[in-house]
Amino acid sequence: MSQAHVSLRGVTKVFPSSSGGQGLHALGPIDLDLQQGEFFAVVGPSGCGKSTLLELIAGLTSATEGTVEFEGRRIEGDIPDGIGVVFQEDACFPWLSVEDNIAFGLRKIAVAHEEKRRRIGGVLDLMGLGDFARSYPAQLSGGMRQRVCIARTLVIEPRLILLDEPFGALDQQTRLLMGDEVLKLWRQTGATVFLITHALDEAAMLADRIAVMSARPGQLIDVVETHWPAERDSHIVERLEFGAVTARLWKSLREESLKTMAKTSRGPADRT
Amino acid sequence: MSSAAMKSARNALVLIAGLLAAWQALYWFVGDAALRPPLVTVQYTARLMTTDAFWMHLSETLQAFAVALSIAVAAGLVIGFGLGFHKLSAQVFEPMLVAVYSIPKITLYPILLLAFGLGMPAKIAFGAIHGIIPVALFTLNAVRNIKPILVKTGRVHGLGPFEMIRSILFPAALPEIFTGFRVGFALTLIGTLLGEMFAAQRGLGYLLMTAIGLHNVELIMAVTLLLVVFAATVSAGLLAIDRWLHRHI
Amino acid sequence: MSRIAVYRVLVIAAAVLLLELLCYVGVIDRITMQPPHRILRDLALILISGKQNAAILKTLSNASIAFGLALFVGVATAVVLHGYRALRETLDPLFATYYAIPVFAFYPLLIVLLGLGDAPQIGIGFMLGVVAVIVNTLNGLDRVPRVLRKTARIQRLGTIETALTVTLPYAAPYVLTGAKFAVAYSLIGIIGAEFIMSRGGMGYEISFAYNNFDNATMYPLIVLILVVSISINTGLSRWEKLLLARRGQ
Ligand SMILES: Nc1ncnc2c1ncn2[C@@H]1O[C@H](COP(=O)(O)OP(=O)(O)O)[C@@H](O)[C@H]1O
Ligand SMILES: [Mg+2]
Repeated sequence: MSQAHVSLRGVTKVFPSSSGGQGLHALGPIDLDLQQGEFFAVVGPSGCGKSTLLELIAGLTSATEGTVEFEGRRIEGDIPDGIGVVFQEDACFPWLSVEDNIAFGLRKIAVAHEEKRRRIGGVLDLMGLGDFARSYPAQLSGGMRQRVCIARTLVIEPRLILLDEPFGALDQQTRLLMGDEVLKLWRQTGATVFLITHALDEAAMLADRIAVMSARPGQLIDVVETHWPAERDSHIVERLEFGAVTARLWKSLREESLKTMAKTSRGPADRT
Repeated sequence: MSSAAMKSARNALVLIAGLLAAWQALYWFVGDAALRPPLVTVQYTARLMTTDAFWMHLSETLQAFAVALSIAVAAGLVIGFGLGFHKLSAQVFEPMLVAVYSIPKITLYPILLLAFGLGMPAKIAFGAIHGIIPVALFTLNAVRNIKPILVKTGRVHGLGPFEMIRSILFPAALPEIFTGFRVGFALTLIGTLLGEMFAAQRGLGYLLMTAIGLHNVELIMAVTLLLVVFAATVSAGLLAIDRWLHRHI
Repeated sequence: MSRIAVYRVLVIAAAVLLLELLCYVGVIDRITMQPPHRILRDLALILISGKQNAAILKTLSNASIAFGLALFVGVATAVVLHGYRALRETLDPLFATYYAIPVFAFYPLLIVLLGLGDAPQIGIGFMLGVVAVIVNTLNGLDRVPRVLRKTARIQRLGTIETALTVTLPYAAPYVLTGAKFAVAYSLIGIIGAEFIMSRGGMGYEISFAYNNFDNATMYPLIVLILVVSISINTGLSRWEKLLLARRGQ
């Protein structure tokens, strides 16, 4: 049996409360294996711990219980090499040009200057940012800024790409087109992709496997396999099976979303 | 007492204890040439406060400060509201106000002396020119940042111009205006004291200046201690009100 | 030139003309103030003859040193304080009252500590400027979005590298605001100290001229200080605007 690329065993996360109470059980326990090169998506109601799960895998936060392994090595709150993250919020540096933002990704990578220039030129073209290399983020639309962040992640040629609702702020048409681009990147780079989204159709269209998370504390209540061919794009939405996949996702998710709604309509809205 | 209030009280105590410890330590390092230890200074201050001369200087300073602050606040509010309601004037004058705010006003003291002569008017003027601009700038910003929807709501309710200022504009702008008052208070105080140091023959600033000239370490330290305690107490109070206003309005 | 700028020039020209007129008709007498054109002529004469060059050089270079120290130490202190919440909360009340305290009272102490040369004056300028830099830098650091800090961690940057390449660049416009204050305060500190006790520098020359009714020296020197501080301030403001415009603010 081949070793999993990422592997979580009994992972839970409890955020300690500042007033010394019992803390907030955000996530888990979760067991999960991501295979090398697969496209894995996670859907779940807002506040269920999706971003927390991603930050655990990225090493940005450490698990309260359980273990997270990447390429066979345990991650404990330190950032492993070879992981790229695109965050939910706009993470462009507003004082750097597009090109310099992307070059920032290469600060800690020991490659020759020419190689850096080549890679930056490559991702600029790949993400359709060639004409904006010298622009500043404030001059770009939200979608373009998100491309800059993706480009900054790709330039380090990560073996695992973590995407946290990267298209959350975009309109539906742009999302589908960006989805096509992400599929292309995934095929070209051969990286393992871990995508968080709250859009069921997005997950159904992009991923090989889709995990459904329960309301907080988030647990995996279902994993749906799509069996899509690797060569695919947004036309997949026209297929009959596409409807079946989204229907199954929605069936698992409906109960959980209702629970979340009931909770949030009583208390203040959860931070997403 | 709320936990926030308790925390800030504890912070203040820690800070005071830290400053006293630093003071004592510095005294051990420097010796009598330039410092007195905290205890000796407090004793000297207590004795100073029994003399008539001290109360004369203090009341002189307080009078000058009160008049200067009134002028600064009144003029600052008028300038701030005036510019806040007239966009073109604001565009023309705001950068000039900012530039004047940034000049080292201490250099102007000989001019004020020539214009007003040695004494009360000169130091009032010196205090006021320090305080006017921050009050004006904060008021201008406060008025400018009032949400248009509030003004529209007022219009819908048929408020006249006076009612509009009284029940919508002023309350909406109050927290920022108060911040301006707080900054203006501190700067007017320092301005008045500087005025007394350089352009007067009475007041705590003058007392401090004579003490510096005579190298009377006890007196320097006593006057400084009193000024610090006064400034810190009032600023802390104003800061608390300021924070409360910003949270509740 | 924009319409606003034209108005601004007109306002300044009108003010200068008014002064000129008041001096001409004698409302302002010669002992109080020279007419503006005389001040400018005297300033040119002073600069050409070079007789005040030593004083000008001394004051401006001391102010630059005080400013540089305040900027460097202030930014570094702010970065450290930002990481220690409790310490910062303890010091907050001190920062809030700092500018109401007459820092000049510490001049004698600084003389004892640092000797009779330029160092105590630089010390006063530094003490005045550093807190403005700390407070404004902290304000900027507070605004750094969490996602940018996370990005720095993902790139595996160390603490110092994160400060230099992520958080301080984000806070740069706020640091600049602090720097503008520090320019004014370092000049205030140096010139004030020269007024109080010194054997050279522009502050000394100004008060010497004042005592000798030498308006032909006093006014040009005052004007020179104002021009220098306003020019630096305007330059920094331009830069600040540029940074903010680049960010679409
Ligand atoms: N640093 C933190 N400290 C305390 N609670 C947190 C923290 N981060 C997230 N949470 C809480 O954990 C829960 C899950 O958050 P998150 O993972 O961001 O949800 P999602 O991304 O699924 O919307 C939420 O209730 C959130 O308020
Ligand atoms: Mg999230």
